[in-house]
Amino acid sequence: MAWDYIIQGFSEAVHLITDPYVIEIALRSIKVSGIATLMAVVWSLPLSVLFGLRDFPGKWLFKSLINGFMGIPTVIWGLVLYLMFVPLGPLGSFGLLYTEMGISVGQALLITPIIMSIVISSLESIEGEIRELALTLGADELRASFQVVRESVGGIVLAVIAAFNRAISELGIALMIGGNVYVKGGVYNTRVLTTAIQMYTVRAEVSIAIALGIILLAIVLTVNLLSNLVRKWLA
Amino acid sequence: MIAVNKRAGILLMLVLLLVGVSYGCIGGTNGSTATPAEKPKVLTISTTTSLYDTGILENVVAQAFKEKYNIELRFIPKGTGGAILDAKNGASDAILVHALSKEQAFMEEGYGVNRKVFAYNFFVIVGPKDDPAGIRGLSVSEALQKIVEYGRSHPDRLVWVSRDDGSGTNTKEIALWKSAGFDFEELKNESWFGTTGSGMGNTLLYTSERKAYTLSDIGTYLKYQKEGKIDLDVLVDKGEELINVYAIIIINPNKIPDKDFEDAMLLAEWLTSEEGQKAIAEYGKDEFGRPLFYPAVPVLEKKEGDVFRWILKYGFMKDGDKYTECPEKFRYKATYDFFEFPASVVEG
Repeated sequence: MAWDYIIQGFSEAVHLITDPYVIEIALRSIKVSGIATLMAVVWSLPLSVLFGLRDFPGKWLFKSLINGFMGIPTVIWGLVLYLMFVPLGPLGSFGLLYTEMGISVGQALLITPIIMSIVISSLESIEGEIRELALTLGADELRASFQVVRESVGGIVLAVIAAFNRAISELGIALMIGGNVYVKGGVYNTRVLTTAIQMYTVRAEVSIAIALGIILLAIVLTVNLLSNLVRKWLA
Repeated sequence: MIAVNKRAGILLMLVLLLVGVSYGCIGGTNGSTATPAEKPKVLTISTTTSLYDTGILENVVAQAFKEKYNIELRFIPKGTGGAILDAKNGASDAILVHALSKEQAFMEEGYGVNRKVFAYNFFVIVGPKDDPAGIRGLSVSEALQKIVEYGRSHPDRLVWVSRDDGSGTNTKEIALWKSAGFDFEELKNESWFGTTGSGMGNTLLYTSERKAYTLSDIGTYLKYQKEGKIDLDVLVDKGEELINVYAIIIINPNKIPDKDFEDAMLLAEWLTSEEGQKAIAEYGKDEFGRPLFYPAVPVLEKKEGDVFRWILKYGFMKDGDKYTECPEKFRYKATYDFFEFPASVVEG
């Protein structure tokens, strides 16, 4: 009895997965979080390399700060960014509130500490060994550093994958900065998988929520699988 | 060395793949609808959840408006309180709300102009079929008194659920408690009195689940009941104080810069036009056997009847010896007329 509506929801969900509306939302999710990951990678990688390969006073403090940032709940990001992004707020002139780009920027900030933390620790775990080897083989400092980065590709891939999965599965920023806007055929829509799942569950439209949930899970699991394959291949 | 180069190559490929995927999706979703050059204008409208949850805005208003003016409407559903906050922060071009006292305050502060009343329906008190508190058919005040009585004698169960989210429905609820002789803030502390802090749909689901009572707008209730999501009966639906008047307020361009005043005015015009009023009257008829909202303009044009007086009493603002949908001082470059009637119509 109790399972009836879940089973019914699943059987209806199977048909909904190919619905253009559902696909549109899934594609938007991939796009928004893909751009977020790209942006975060662009600024996180050079910074991580810079900090990962260097020793400086207070480095431990810097690292614990990054780890601390990883723990910020997404609704806090949502709240802070809402206050920043409202048109009359400090960053209002960028027009980011209730836009796809606004979600991307928010998610990029959310995942920056994740990328930096993983990349820095993977650089550090390799650093001593490889650098010394490279130096004894006659490389100069710069060349030795370059070798270290090359050797930690596995860690970098893991960082990017973890960051993308975190971005696409978060709700707080997508809801508070995106606003879950949807108009049929609209150009300014911001409805993504997580906000849609939340809305349809609240509206008790379980089947479509399940369909969207299956897609979200599939994306996250596929990306994970790919990352495992790539890492296995690299090893 | 070769092995290392291979790995770097893989990384490069991965990054390129990610770029490609992201880029492909941008092209995919935008390309099918419009290129950036053809992007329609966008109007951001903050709205109450009771309007949004019925689907009328997405399915009817947005479609018609886009077809007619090539302007896309971006509806941000929040409670009336949240809608007003968004507007004050410059996020919206107009607001669709239903809480007279909050609307008046919003306009007094200089944020809103050219208010137009476009629709109405009724609030209802809904609850479990067996109606343990025995409120069926009572007046609102009597019903609320019974609920408090029943709640206080059954402190271990949830009897009443409030949205408590600063919405128009919540504002109405607080006023109804007050006229029944209770203080909402005090009731909230009693154990039989629950709050959800969330939208109408969510609150109805919770109320149904817990077999409690709540105040709902009729539109959201009918939609959810018809779709079999909730199991609640309408127990109290009589009383002029239950009328629910929806209005659009345009953001004052002098107070908040860079708002699309002209196009927001177009929306107000469309909502109160014959075409808009007809669309409101039709919505839900096929699906629910009765409309979820009633058009307000025909009632105001007819100038008589109970509903006419109730709309004035609960949805119009007093301006000197007149009742008007928008007092003179809140009008700005109006391209449409405003309804106003002598105070004697309401006060006898």
